[in-house]
Amino acid sequence: MNHTFTLPNSGHNFDAKASKLGMWLFLYTELLLFGGLFLVYMVYRYLNQEAFLEASYELNVWMGGINTVILLTSSMTIAMSITALQKGDKKLSVTLQWITIAAALAFLVIKYFEWGAKFEHGLFPGMEHYNSLPVGERLYYYLYFFMTGLHALHVIVGGVFIMVVIKKVENGSVNQKRYSLLENSGLYWHLVDLIWIYLFPLFYLIH
Amino acid sequence: MTAATTVEQPNFFQAKRGLFSWIFTLDHKRIGLLYLYSVGSFFLVGLTLGLLMRLELLNPGKDIMEAQTYNQVFTLHGVIMIFLFIIPSIPAVFGNFFLPLMIGTDDVAFPRLNLFSWWLYVLGALFALSTLVFGDGPADTGWTFYAPYSVNTTTNVSLSVMAALVLGFSSILTGLNFIVTIHRLRTPGMGFNQMPLFAWSLYATSWIQLLATPVIGITLLMIFAERTFGVGLFDPSIGGDPILYQHMFWIYSHPAVYIMALPAMGIVSELIPTFAQRTIFGYKAIAYSSMAIAFIGYFVWGHHMFTSGMSGPAAVIFSILTFMVAIPTAIKVFNWVATLYKGSIVIEIPLLFALAFIFNFLIGGLTGLVLGALAADVHVHDTYFVVGHFHYVMFGGTGFAFMGAMHYWFPKIWGKMYNKLWAGIAFAFVFIGFNVLYFPMFILGIMGMPRRYYDYLPEFHPLNMISTYGSWILAAGIVIMIVNLIVSKRKGEKAAANPWNGITLEWQTSSPPPLHNFDKMPELPEGGPYNYPNAKNA
Repeated sequence: MNHTFTLPNSGHNFDAKASKLGMWLFLYTELLLFGGLFLVYMVYRYLNQEAFLEASYELNVWMGGINTVILLTSSMTIAMSITALQKGDKKLSVTLQWITIAAALAFLVIKYFEWGAKFEHGLFPGMEHYNSLPVGERLYYYLYFFMTGLHALHVIVGGVFIMVVIKKVENGSVNQKRYSLLENSGLYWHLVDLIWIYLFPLFYLIH
Repeated sequence: MTAATTVEQPNFFQAKRGLFSWIFTLDHKRIGLLYLYSVGSFFLVGLTLGLLMRLELLNPGKDIMEAQTYNQVFTLHGVIMIFLFIIPSIPAVFGNFFLPLMIGTDDVAFPRLNLFSWWLYVLGALFALSTLVFGDGPADTGWTFYAPYSVNTTTNVSLSVMAALVLGFSSILTGLNFIVTIHRLRTPGMGFNQMPLFAWSLYATSWIQLLATPVIGITLLMIFAERTFGVGLFDPSIGGDPILYQHMFWIYSHPAVYIMALPAMGIVSELIPTFAQRTIFGYKAIAYSSMAIAFIGYFVWGHHMFTSGMSGPAAVIFSILTFMVAIPTAIKVFNWVATLYKGSIVIEIPLLFALAFIFNFLIGGLTGLVLGALAADVHVHDTYFVVGHFHYVMFGGTGFAFMGAMHYWFPKIWGKMYNKLWAGIAFAFVFIGFNVLYFPMFILGIMGMPRRYYDYLPEFHPLNMISTYGSWILAAGIVIMIVNLIVSKRKGEKAAANPWNGITLEWQTSSPPPLHNFDKMPELPEGGPYNYPNAKNA
């Protein structure tokens, strides 16, 4: 009887390195997903330089700047929460993760007001004012909504991911010895941060 | 089962029963079979559509369908064959089933993600099929969804691109799973250079799946958004650039050709040493050439666009890079042929498919060089020459490798042997039918017959008739093959665990394999994965 025989290299074993490798590979695909958009942005910025410049004055650098600070800080808190868990301080780790989620919410609220102002000015694709703009400016706003919208979606996914991890830390299935899931949520959060770091100058700062 | 043997483990078919034990299974072997049944069904749908197209082209003028119907049929044929059949075919079916067995483990690294990939595949398939019933019917753009037409047509382009998007994610997750599996789960003692070559080819394929597919995902999302919000990303009448769409489409879709071809080459690299019963010639050359093809394959997309507006220097660079892909491909072919030389060749059906692969792929590959050459491409671009070329590579190559793998691993999957006589007859029909169907297309293309029309000039009539007759021979062969395999699965003779005397690890376990693949530690062959101990020239 060999019922009990299990291979040492079983796919059903817990393997922290495998899950981390899987996460990194997934992040590559995310980068390429946004990479396609960056490519389109680059081409159209080159073709419509004046219009892109004109349209970019419409964005609120202050709101974008505050959001950048918020995201950067939240990247720090999630990194700290990993260290906290590694050192065995479960409570601190959970608190830091909640702070990260609060930052994500703050980011989204500011984003909401930013988008809301654009809607009021009729700048969303399909609105009347939008349709009267020159082609280059329409492209700019379109890419602005597409890229920051997709990014905001990633902020939401990242926030939900961290909430799942909080639950798992609290019930002990993610712990001092087995923290790769928390680490992965951190990696994902850093990606969200990183993409914003490119979006911010591309849309708000280049003048 | 006699009492004298040790109590046998139930095999993976017997371990659990019922529909739910299949569609929610985490077992890589069952997921592989789920893919086999779903991919196989769509192959038959695509095949039927192809037969209908050939029937329409039997005579000039309208035979059985209107021009618009023909446009929708060839689009659906393309979408189904590319996204629902070829891309998932070998990796998702045989990769899932055999990669863990061949590297001596009991599952892929992320079994749940694997099941999720299959579910995404089903969802994507439902999207693709739903185009049939809603609105103006399936898209009529060709599988390339070229803008601006894809933005303006009233047919169901939005649903079709969503289907391709979802199927893309399924493909990404399978690739991700395989890369991690290969890195983390090889049996102790198996380095990268002791891996079977099929695993190597899957490794190269997975990287392409991972790094190219997101680009098409975002591109198709942009088409979707453009149709929904009417923003001119790609439509020039509202400020977009259609050439940009073509670039972004081919940035994925050319590497995707290697997603389809590389696993097939991996299959051939398994079949040839097994049936020549000798060490593969140039193991490392074959392994690394897969990686080389994957790498160079990223930088050749522009050769689809020589006639659509590209600067001279860019065209020359893309052309040179295209020729460079031929080098690692030729390295593989020479190594396969050199492996056969002085081997103890056993002629079995899978070997016939492997040899047919080399024959077809050689024609497909060399005509690809004609298309990659700038001057020649201007002449044959968008003619039947192109149709002939990619069917020789995709069907003659990947399709034949798929059928070869099906026969090669049939006894391992079901523990039965197929009827060899009928398998041989089916092979003859398929091989002859295939060549009769597609070879005339090269001549038609050189003569100037454009592709994607339901009608043609009278001087193209004879060759089109021959081609359509070929499609019937081919279809007959495929029907014989499928019937033979189904009958053999039910009533075939019981097969030995290792009927081909193979030495890769999947042959060390029983057939069908037990739930956890191995009842004892698999033993690596001394001196490399193809080091046949009794080979005359060892």
